[in-house]
Amino acid sequence: MRWGSRLLFLAGSVAVAIFLVWLWQLVADNRLVNPVFLPGPDRAWKALMTGFSQGDLGTKLLATVERMFWGWLIASLAGAALGAAIGSSPVLRAYLAPMLEFLRPLPASATIPVAIAIFGLSDGMVLAVIAFGAMWPVLLATIHGFATVEPRLYEVTQALGFSRAKVIWKVALPSASPDILAGMRLGLTVALILSIVCEMIAGRNGLGNWILLSARSFRAPDLYAGVILLGALGYATSAAISMFEQRLLVWRSRAR
Amino acid sequence: MKSGWWKGLVVPVIVILLAEVAMRVEGSTSLSLAAPSDIAVALLRSIADTSLLAATRDTLIAAGAGLALGGLMGLMLGILFGIASTVDRLMEVSVELIRPIPSVAVLPIAMLVFGFGFRMEIAIVAFSCIWPMMILVRSAMAGIEPRLLEVARALRLSTWQRLYTIVLPAALPRIIVAFRLAAAMALVVAVTVEIAVNPLGLGYGILVAQQGLQPATMLAYLVWTGLLGWAVNALLSVAQHRLLGRAATVGVTR
Repeated sequence: MRWGSRLLFLAGSVAVAIFLVWLWQLVADNRLVNPVFLPGPDRAWKALMTGFSQGDLGTKLLATVERMFWGWLIASLAGAALGAAIGSSPVLRAYLAPMLEFLRPLPASATIPVAIAIFGLSDGMVLAVIAFGAMWPVLLATIHGFATVEPRLYEVTQALGFSRAKVIWKVALPSASPDILAGMRLGLTVALILSIVCEMIAGRNGLGNWILLSARSFRAPDLYAGVILLGALGYATSAAISMFEQRLLVWRSRAR
Repeated sequence: MKSGWWKGLVVPVIVILLAEVAMRVEGSTSLSLAAPSDIAVALLRSIADTSLLAATRDTLIAAGAGLALGGLMGLMLGILFGIASTVDRLMEVSVELIRPIPSVAVLPIAMLVFGFGFRMEIAIVAFSCIWPMMILVRSAMAGIEPRLLEVARALRLSTWQRLYTIVLPAALPRIIVAFRLAAAMALVVAVTVEIAVNPLGLGYGILVAQQGLQPATMLAYLVWTGLLGWAVNALLSVAQHRLLGRAATVGVTR
């Protein structure tokens, strides 16, 4: 019965989504909104398909994904390592945490001009910006995760005479992993946004650049196709990290 | 812990001093970096000729208006989805399809529709504020003590009365936390839009200083933007604790 009603609701909400797309089509067909701004879903879909089959939309998508992934990976590793170092040492925490808290609200995109001044309009600049911006959520989450490890676990490691590296590897890192993964998830969103912004500003080949150029030349169907693609990318990455999270944290749900 | 507050200042002060010494010794005329003292001078000069203050005002207006618009929409959607679970479940797929669109991806659409200026920036900020607000408000509704709702049922309150006298007050602490998160995000998105395309505000100021090869001014704008972000966050945090007292410590469940 419960499964039945869940399925029914799922079907219902798919139907609502289809209805909304149909409404969009209707609005576009009847030109209720200027078609320069709002092409129908049919035209956007066609632009998406021609972009893939005849244009180089696939290459652009790949460029954006690649940029985002490497930046995010560097950010995650650096953030987790730095966070582990700071989080496991009360001295470092006392000296560094206030500065980090102060830097946290700084919009990551505000560092783009600085990065351009230092690295020029290169792919290295884009990577540096993404890595720097996406590192913050991971870094702060890791520090938080390390700081909130059950104190009794530390007492156990003391009783067992663990070295500091062993404490970090065997106790602190696993128990901070839910926090770190939550930080990495946030970092992924930041990485996607920064990839798009960097492509727009620096004119690097990719989806961000493509949608901006489409808008500038009033190619609305191409623009909407790009936005749909970016939405799909956002959805896919968040779904991927959810799966990863579930896999990695299996022990945690088992323990409960 | 309280007696060690000065420890937080040690590292930044050392970094600033080192940077100052390094730039002076080098005698650098770098186009990308500047000595901290030059940055401070540039900051004071930008404040004195009011260019910085005008940019701050523009950014705050755009972020504030976008926050008000998007926050209100998110609040209403969150309340609607929170009390009417049927609506929530029927809209699930649609919401999940729109929500992952990165805020900056709608930027070219807003540019196409509104051109450059405040309206475009406000639209993007609003779009990005709707989702966190909606989701947190919805979960705030779900987190209400069920016995309160039973009381409401026993008292035979109408839906409107129940919303007004029971649900909203009970969910208020979390709604305010949601608002705080949305406000921090509004500022970030506003600066991002300004850096990417929109010729106004602090973000544009940073970009123009960079393109004009004035590293001191660029970094001064950057420092100021950081200060502004920190101040907004601190102000909201204080306001939250003032308004709610001990209730402010509720966790945010996502």
